[in-house]
Amino acid sequence: MTAESGTLRRPGRPGLHPHALGRSATPRTTLALLLGLLVLGLLCLASVSIGSRGIGMDTVWAALSGGEVSATDRHAVLGLRLPRTLAAVVVGAALAVAGALMQSLTRNPLAEPGLLGVSAGSAFAVAIAIVGFGITSPLGYIWFALAGAFFATVAVALIGGMSAGKVDPMRMVLAGVALSAVLSGVIGALRLSDPRTFGALQVWEAGILAGRGLDVTLTVAPLVLLALIVALPLGKGLNTLALGDELAAALGVSLWKTRVLSILAITILAGGAAAIAGPIAFIGLMVPHAARFFAGADQRWVLLISLVFGPILMLTADIVARLIVWPGEMPVGLVSALLGAPVLVLLIRRRKALKL
Amino acid sequence: MSAGAGSRTRQARLTHRPVRSWLVAAGLLTGIVILSITALGMGDYPLNPAEVLVALTGGGGFDSTVVLQWRLPRITAALVFGTALALSGALFQTLTRNPLGSPDIIGFSTGAYTGVLLATVGLGGATVAGGAIGTSLGALIGGLGTALIVYLLAYRDGVQGFRLIVVGIGITAALHAVNSWILLRAQSETAMGAAIWGAGSLGLTSWSAVLPAIGIVLAVTPLLLLAVRPLRQLELGDDVAASHGVRVEPTRLAILGIGVLLTALVTAATGPIAFVALAAPQIARLLARSPGIPLVNSALMGALVLLGSDLIAQQALAQPIPVGMVTVVLGGGYLAALLAYQARKD
Repeated sequence: MTAESGTLRRPGRPGLHPHALGRSATPRTTLALLLGLLVLGLLCLASVSIGSRGIGMDTVWAALSGGEVSATDRHAVLGLRLPRTLAAVVVGAALAVAGALMQSLTRNPLAEPGLLGVSAGSAFAVAIAIVGFGITSPLGYIWFALAGAFFATVAVALIGGMSAGKVDPMRMVLAGVALSAVLSGVIGALRLSDPRTFGALQVWEAGILAGRGLDVTLTVAPLVLLALIVALPLGKGLNTLALGDELAAALGVSLWKTRVLSILAITILAGGAAAIAGPIAFIGLMVPHAARFFAGADQRWVLLISLVFGPILMLTADIVARLIVWPGEMPVGLVSALLGAPVLVLLIRRRKALKL
Repeated sequence: MSAGAGSRTRQARLTHRPVRSWLVAAGLLTGIVILSITALGMGDYPLNPAEVLVALTGGGGFDSTVVLQWRLPRITAALVFGTALALSGALFQTLTRNPLGSPDIIGFSTGAYTGVLLATVGLGGATVAGGAIGTSLGALIGGLGTALIVYLLAYRDGVQGFRLIVVGIGITAALHAVNSWILLRAQSETAMGAAIWGAGSLGLTSWSAVLPAIGIVLAVTPLLLLAVRPLRQLELGDDVAASHGVRVEPTRLAILGIGVLLTALVTAATGPIAFVALAAPQIARLLARSPGIPLVNSALMGALVLLGSDLIAQQALAQPIPVGMVTVVLGGGYLAALLAYQARKD
């Protein structure tokens, strides 16, 4: 297989050497991971404390540890903000790891679930659920979102020529753009055909974490966890893939096992995230780049750091969403787009040689 | 085009190509005529082609009213706007050397939508139907402003096509978020009205609504003639163009300006109609097997595509939908089919 494209620049540092594969974590990587975990813990506390009504840390702690607090505070902390925080952590981790897998697998530094049409597939399936089956609860969307993500991933892979054993990143992105366009047109027509569901779809499409009960997150979380368990050990195989197909085959690595498992994991992760929060763009794009800043090109560490940084970014976006139009709040999907767009522009301006 | 290579086969191909181009143009023109007559006959008051032709000459009584006053304005709008969009796309794609370098991909349409939303929902709260001038101005300012921002952000020792597109995708995403936010905050009736505009529709049904828009678009089109020569020189590469005395960046900016203006005027009148600018020049190029993007055939293809899409939007479903939804589905499907075909061929 000779899918190597001459114009392509791999994500991360150039010149990945076979020796690099066996290296252990550098102090920089370990530090990033530990600091990340610390920040994540603080953000979780902040996420429970901050909202239309601020709740002091001592009260938060009391509510969490079963101490003496008023019923209102207990409900706000345990009933509303804790589920929301958990949702943000699951969605952030899922999107970030999905993005890292996609960028590595397609060797495309701009790949992410939104760009490759996976989110559009979920949105389409949810629109079908709302308009066709009259389902309006997020719990009912879950299976539609997952199925939509799966069909979109397969469609993009087929259109992009993966069945012929070729991975052309540019073609995959174009396939994602094409598929997103077709689906968005059909969603638009569905939306106009039934004004009553217009509102429900509008809210879901903006990407939102508020009001996502524990039931939704806890239904999706085991699936996401399973996908993460599949995804994290793929780092070694992806490292080898980055050396080129011939060399990888010569090293005795099963390319297809890595690819198939990656696609499976991406589907569940992106579909699961969409099922919880709607389509949320740019988290999957930004986090792996940040992770590579610390971890270099070693995919094992990129995946691990993405796993920690994803929830950090998602929680930050969600907290910003609550503060930016206080006492109201903005859908978190809109915040992530507003935060992510400048990053994309910076990325393309900084890397002069960046090509698909 | 320079014949510096001088090889006999290349020479033969160069002389052969215009014939094929002319044949394609003739075919497209025939298609436009047939489709126009069909469209003029379709609706709640159906007419056969013979009746349409009689009515067109003004000798059909009520038939003439239906054809000339009710249906012709919309069909004329589809033809003129389709032409303008395709020409705009041809300019962009030639300059960015990338089929994705069309105005709607680089954030133009979304920016125009933002302008319209600010003008109708955000500021005055006037309805879209009531504030036609507000809508047009909003679309123009929003679209042009976005194009300028994308260009400036992508500028770095000149504008490279790929960077322009990715910056466009980023800005589009940010503006899309802004638009969603405005729509979520707006009263649902206002939001619904703005969303229909946002889908892109040829809802203009009377001459009084169509003529001003068509007039402005036709007035801008001659600017294109000025752009053709420098465009063909830029097509040969920046260095070659510079050696021919073309000032590369100002020329590129001016041509992009013309393309943006054409799209802006159409968008102001109809709302964003996606993918005509992207697909029409590409299909025209494939049919004519031309090395570059042909302007005349692109224009004809644009007219044909928009007319056909509007016919589908009007007649295919139980109730009419905005034409923009049809062009998005057709254009996206075309792109997907093309990619799948190439993937199999390679």
